[in-house]
Amino acid sequence: MATNDTLAKGFRPTYSLRLERRLTTPKWLPVATSVGAVVVALIVGALLIYLGGGHPLAAYQHILEAAFGSVGVFNDTLVKATPLILVGLACALAFRMRLWNIGAEGQFFMGAWGASAVVLLPLLPATTPKPLMLLAMALAGFLCGALWGFIPGYLKAKLNVNEVVTTLMMNYIATSWVLFWVFGAWSEGGFQMSRMFPRTAWMPRLLDYAKSIPAFGGLTLHGGILLGLIAATIVWFIVSRSKWGYEIRLIGDNPRAAHYAGINIVRNTVLVMMLSGGLAGLAGMSEISGVVHRLQGAISPGYGFTGIIVAWLAKLNPFAVVLVSVLFGGLILAGREIQPSGIPRMLQGIILFCVIASDVLLRYRVRLVRS
Amino acid sequence: MPQIVNAVEMRGIVKRFPGVLANDHVDFDLCQGEVHALLGENGAGKSTLMNVLAGLYKPEEGAISVEGKRVSFNSPRDAIAAGLGMVHQHFMLVPSQTVTENIILGLEAPRFVLNMAELDKKILALQEQYGLRVDPKAKIWQLSVGEQQRVEILKMLYRGARVLILDEPTAVLTPQEIKEFIATLKGMVASGHSIVFISHKLDEVLAIANRVTVLRHGRATASGVSTAGTTKRKLAELMVGRDVIFFLEKPPATPGPVVLDLQDLKAENDRGLQALKGVSLQVRAGEILGIAGVAGNGQSELAQVITGMRKALSGHVRVNGEDVVNRSPRVAINRQVAHVPEDRNGVGSAPSLSLAENLIMKSYRKAPVGSRLALNRSVIRKQAEELKTAFDIAAPNIDVQARLLSGGNLQKAILAREMSAEPKIIVAVQPTRGLDVGAIEAVQRVLLDERARGTAILLFSEELEEVMALSDRIAVIYEGQIMGEVKPEETTLEQIGLMMAGQRLENIRGETDGHE
Ligand SMILES: Nc1ncnc2c1ncn2[C@@H]1O[C@H](COP(=O)(O)OP(=O)(O)OP(=O)(O)O)[C@@H](O)[C@H]1O
Ligand SMILES: [Mg+2]
Repeated sequence: MATNDTLAKGFRPTYSLRLERRLTTPKWLPVATSVGAVVVALIVGALLIYLGGGHPLAAYQHILEAAFGSVGVFNDTLVKATPLILVGLACALAFRMRLWNIGAEGQFFMGAWGASAVVLLPLLPATTPKPLMLLAMALAGFLCGALWGFIPGYLKAKLNVNEVVTTLMMNYIATSWVLFWVFGAWSEGGFQMSRMFPRTAWMPRLLDYAKSIPAFGGLTLHGGILLGLIAATIVWFIVSRSKWGYEIRLIGDNPRAAHYAGINIVRNTVLVMMLSGGLAGLAGMSEISGVVHRLQGAISPGYGFTGIIVAWLAKLNPFAVVLVSVLFGGLILAGREIQPSGIPRMLQGIILFCVIASDVLLRYRVRLVRS
Repeated sequence: MPQIVNAVEMRGIVKRFPGVLANDHVDFDLCQGEVHALLGENGAGKSTLMNVLAGLYKPEEGAISVEGKRVSFNSPRDAIAAGLGMVHQHFMLVPSQTVTENIILGLEAPRFVLNMAELDKKILALQEQYGLRVDPKAKIWQLSVGEQQRVEILKMLYRGARVLILDEPTAVLTPQEIKEFIATLKGMVASGHSIVFISHKLDEVLAIANRVTVLRHGRATASGVSTAGTTKRKLAELMVGRDVIFFLEKPPATPGPVVLDLQDLKAENDRGLQALKGVSLQVRAGEILGIAGVAGNGQSELAQVITGMRKALSGHVRVNGEDVVNRSPRVAINRQVAHVPEDRNGVGSAPSLSLAENLIMKSYRKAPVGSRLALNRSVIRKQAEELKTAFDIAAPNIDVQARLLSGGNLQKAILAREMSAEPKIIVAVQPTRGLDVGAIEAVQRVLLDERARGTAILLFSEELEEVMALSDRIAVIYEGQIMGEVKPEETTLEQIGLMMAGQRLENIRGETDGHE
């Protein structure tokens, strides 16, 4: 029968692509599409570099070396990855409940401000023992970020105000608030930055231990990465293993069923937004305490927004967030190292584009059909 | 070559899903101008077979011809082009758009300029022809379920479908709507359409269909048998493979104290209209109070107010003497009030979560399922396996997403969850809707067992026979008010019918007494 049909149509059947809705998504597929999206992005990027008159392979090799080529640069990559992990987790958690928190940037700034306030207001004297000081800074950073999550969360839960709009707008308030302080009360000699924090407010770094372990000399990796790894484990536990995570997933999947199951949607919306904001705030604290050591206007090259891409590329899996953050940390770093610096940025953009496009493959199957 | 070609011929259709053989070499014929009923247990593969015909699934094996021509569909669009249109078990309409917009959605023409007035007129003409009345300018969310179904049918007719596949169309209709619907079907057949009709209601099938095909575990146990020579009993046996008891023996009730006491409840519906206008009822331990009434007379709202899902304007809900009105669903769950909701997809389940996760929706807070922070995964799995067996839920495994369960099996899963919580009160809204005869028997048995255990049961149903068979007392609701309360052995279907149409019991009794 089939051969007859083919014969009837002659020897040159024409083919066309069709999208067919998928009924089930195999477990490996999200991983494959994420990896595939990155690969496609690299190819597209190579094409653009080539069209621009560059040498794609040389450029990629350069990026690779600039980000992962030696212990020194890998250290720097991890330093860049640290805030991304925390911010990526913040986004992944909120997205699980289909709360589109795109205000991680603002929450990051508020976290940085809160941590600085401990030192600069000051809430604690400079002579406070380091562990206590850092704990207080982390707490203050978390709470300020959480506050920045609470406001849109509450408005969403109580008045159904769209959180995309509120979180986005609150980003501007947060950055202006930080500028207000660094230009004003906390300005050092009229410059737009605060004075340097006392040593007790610095996150421990690897190079602090260079005396006993010489190999750590010059390595600036700081305790923030531990915060990130612990946070990833906690977020994983919450989402995949805990009762609360079950509520979050239920609300995300079908809010009416969640209501029927006796789950308080208002409370959970507010709590998830607060935890999400708190994680982003912690990222801000970790960045100024571990890297910048003072509060200033330019503390983030858009970590909060990159976090959205990270969460999406990691398919909201907390451990994948860690891996993806390292990749993006490398790209950010390479952006500083190589010329033109726009290429790694462009790659970030193309990756996001490909990831979003690849989502189609999760929901549809592409078939080649004879027509 | 035979002179009369069949509208549709399916030969040796095989369709597999991970872990299930949903269709196992099934043959199916649809003659020109007939109504062909497709019967079978929940999960027998009826929807799957028709989804294959409608181009939604591609079969692994088998051949399909339409009007004598071999076809191979790659999408529903191809099927529609060949004149086959399907109305699914769950409607696929855009709630925020109008009837006309939904009907033309996805069509090639008109391309850019929408002449709405013109289109409305065209659709009105189509409505006139088949008696499928619904306002073309109304938004979908404003329509009743029955009206939405008419929109789905119109959508297919507008696309020029000559063969209509209707998946459990009457499950969502009121008895009155079913009458109109049957008339519509007859009209469509008269104008040359052929119809496949899936249903679990055997009386209806015998009344409408010319022939039946019965599926069982994915195989056809009867193919194109004429309805003229068969009976309800025979069909039921073909479906479930054993003799079916349509209505169970009901032991006499031993009512205990009042467990659920409703007083003068008033509440609004989603559109802000008053849906309950002062409802007072009492249910005792160990009895079934049936609530009869045409859908949309306040039943859903009443169930929601009792279970804390809807705020009452005034009145009381006393559970074992404690007033829980306007508390929360959580409070109702803690007082062991089970709720089988009317809308199993929209309210009763989470489509993307697994069967196992859907089964713990009410129990995850407490030991042994939940500990202080975490969920106990081994307990969840063990309980899910047990419930799957006990309630005979046909699913490949407990990790399958709820949205992949067949309609009836999802309903069984919801029942399993609600009954496993050892309820003191059960609020069951249309618990047997969409279930096959065997499963209906099982649900009725569960309810009677619960009654024997001393549970107070409030049973909402549109099936008068069911209410009559199961209830110890029957209250009839009409426009948010109780028209009267009767005992099944002391009443007649006519009397209940009159109350359902809005006559008060006193008035009916007064009249008949007067005549005597
Ligand atoms: N998309 C799917 N993926 C996996 N399994 C499926 C899918 N659709 C159906 N099934 C399984 O195939 C079997 C047949 O399902 P189907 O929906 O055809 O049953 P049905 O006869 O329509 O039942 P019901 O009367 O309950 O609607 C069931 O075991 C169901 O769980
Ligand atoms: Mg079905």
